[in-house]
Amino acid sequence: MNAERRPLEEQVVVRKTAKLLIPFVVVFGVYMVTHGEIGPGGGFQGGVVIAAAYFLHALVHGLAEVQRVIPRRVTDALAALGVLLYAGVGVAALLRGGRFLEYAALGAPGDVVASRALGMTLVELGVGVTVAATMITIFNEVVDDGEH
Amino acid sequence: MSHPDVPALVVVVPLLTGLLTALALRGRWAWAAATLSSWLVLALVLDLALAVQHAPGGVVSYALGGWAPPVGIEYRVDRLNAFVLVVVAVMGAVVTPGARLGVEAAVPADRLHLFWGVWQLCQVGLLGITITGDAFNVYVLLEIGSLTTYTLVAMGKHRDRRALTAAFQYLVMGTVGASFLLVGIGYLLQVTGTLNMADMAARLLEPETARASGRTIRAAFSLIAAGVCLKMALFPAHTWLPGAYAHAPAPVSALLASTATKVGVYVAIRFLYGIFGRELSFERLPTGPLLLVCAAVAILAGSLLACRQRDLKRLLAWSSVAQIGYMALGVGLASKAGLAGALLHLLQHALVKGALFLAVGALVWRLGAARTDDLGGLGRRMPWTAGVLTLGMLGLVGVPGTAGFVSKWYLVTAALEQGLWPVAVVVLVGSLLAAAYALKVIEPLWAAPEDLPPPAGAAAWGGRESPFSSLVLPGLVLSALSLGLGLGLGGPAQGLALAAAEDLVPARGGP
Repeated sequence: MNAERRPLEEQVVVRKTAKLLIPFVVVFGVYMVTHGEIGPGGGFQGGVVIAAAYFLHALVHGLAEVQRVIPRRVTDALAALGVLLYAGVGVAALLRGGRFLEYAALGAPGDVVASRALGMTLVELGVGVTVAATMITIFNEVVDDGEH
Repeated sequence: MSHPDVPALVVVVPLLTGLLTALALRGRWAWAAATLSSWLVLALVLDLALAVQHAPGGVVSYALGGWAPPVGIEYRVDRLNAFVLVVVAVMGAVVTPGARLGVEAAVPADRLHLFWGVWQLCQVGLLGITITGDAFNVYVLLEIGSLTTYTLVAMGKHRDRRALTAAFQYLVMGTVGASFLLVGIGYLLQVTGTLNMADMAARLLEPETARASGRTIRAAFSLIAAGVCLKMALFPAHTWLPGAYAHAPAPVSALLASTATKVGVYVAIRFLYGIFGRELSFERLPTGPLLLVCAAVAILAGSLLACRQRDLKRLLAWSSVAQIGYMALGVGLASKAGLAGALLHLLQHALVKGALFLAVGALVWRLGAARTDDLGGLGRRMPWTAGVLTLGMLGLVGVPGTAGFVSKWYLVTAALEQGLWPVAVVVLVGSLLAAAYALKVIEPLWAAPEDLPPPAGAAAWGGRESPFSSLVLPGLVLSALSLGLGLGLGGPAQGLALAAAEDLVPARGGP
């Protein structure tokens, strides 16, 4: 009876499972982000998976605790930084004499394949960061008591 | 010769500055960055417009990522979107510097950097919709423009809680419209196998496409038309507009009224004339009469309702509903003169409504509100603001000498060319109704008795003009531009509008 009323944080099974899962969820998310260039996955999917690790932590330890670890201003900044990385890749291509977002212009002149891989990975990383930060922001807004 | 990367920079510059503003700047610096960015964009757009004039075929094309169209995303600037880009960029460059005080009064200091970041991202969306030559890209940028717009409207909540409901209503309607548009574009992709607009238009012209999938094309047409009408707030899909404009902070209303719905009108023209083509849109489908009826109701009902408003922002918002009717009228006439009238009306209404909302912002800054009852004697107390209001109102009526006269002249001429005299009557009656609500504003400004007490809620105000350079000057600049257009000094703009209309409706033996 009492067990049901106890907060999730005090339940050993939930706490330990979450602790075990979260690193793997994050690593899998990062894998999806970086793998999107040659296979299924990509920034959107990976970003959501990374955000899911945050949700799990929040469900177990509460919103206050998880917001202490990753404050709102950090997620706000990350949301902008991800897009900035994306646009930055485009501008880097411009500066190196290519068109906007022309990945082939990014790396060494001869190696188009490696340049494109680099460009796409960076872009996916930007997408992943922004998607994760945005999902976390939405989660915060929904769960919070409406202070903001 | 313009640098080949300018088309991309038009969108990339405000994107970068907007993000950096939200990340690194605070308070007034954020506004300064937004202003500088809007001026840089204006310079880029003017450069681009000149390049279009001298480009072979009047088209400047840019292949994003180096992928050649129709496979890659193409930014494609012809005379039509060069004209609209100039309108959007000019309005951004004039409204942004004039928005600082109004925004600081409406938004808490710790959120200002986010506001100005979103403000710039809104311009990314609007410029992007206009510049892109890719149908799906239109949808994506439309969403960027819309989501930022909802945010900007909702920012009015600190002064007026109703901004939240207005923004939510706008969000629901806008999302419905965007979904229609997306599904329609999906059908077009299915039929033509391409997303590039020019390529799409070419394939829709092939007889076997029309024969094999005529029904799908018609479905796509209806969906896209419905979505675009929602976005440009054409009657009967206008319901989100009055609330959004009335409750948003005044500078936001100035920006949106002068750019957001105008870009909606552009998207309508682009899809109807550029992609589906005039023949399919107006000769094989009854788009013309439908548009004309909706436009006529928008003009008459919008003007009538504007006459009944006592809140100045709401009055201007209803008048916007009517003015969008004029633009739809020009689009629906499907002739060169009609389209030129629509484009000129788009330009003149952007200038006039921007100036009017900025002037209302100056009133709100002094009085805390802007009701028609409070206007008594303001002509003496705030002569510049009252002057901008007066000129703007005369422009809405279309008095000779204002830009509104020029565009309405085109519209009436186009209607009579086709023997559609009821349309001409609608334009005239609409102008008379506009005169009624204009007088409601102008008369108390100048004709109030000398000893009228200052309006309530103005104790700390001291009966002075608003700060000149930051609140009044931008409105004056816009009024001057619109006057110049009305007095026949708008040659280049007029020429560009006529050339754009000629590109879309090639002269081949009348309607």
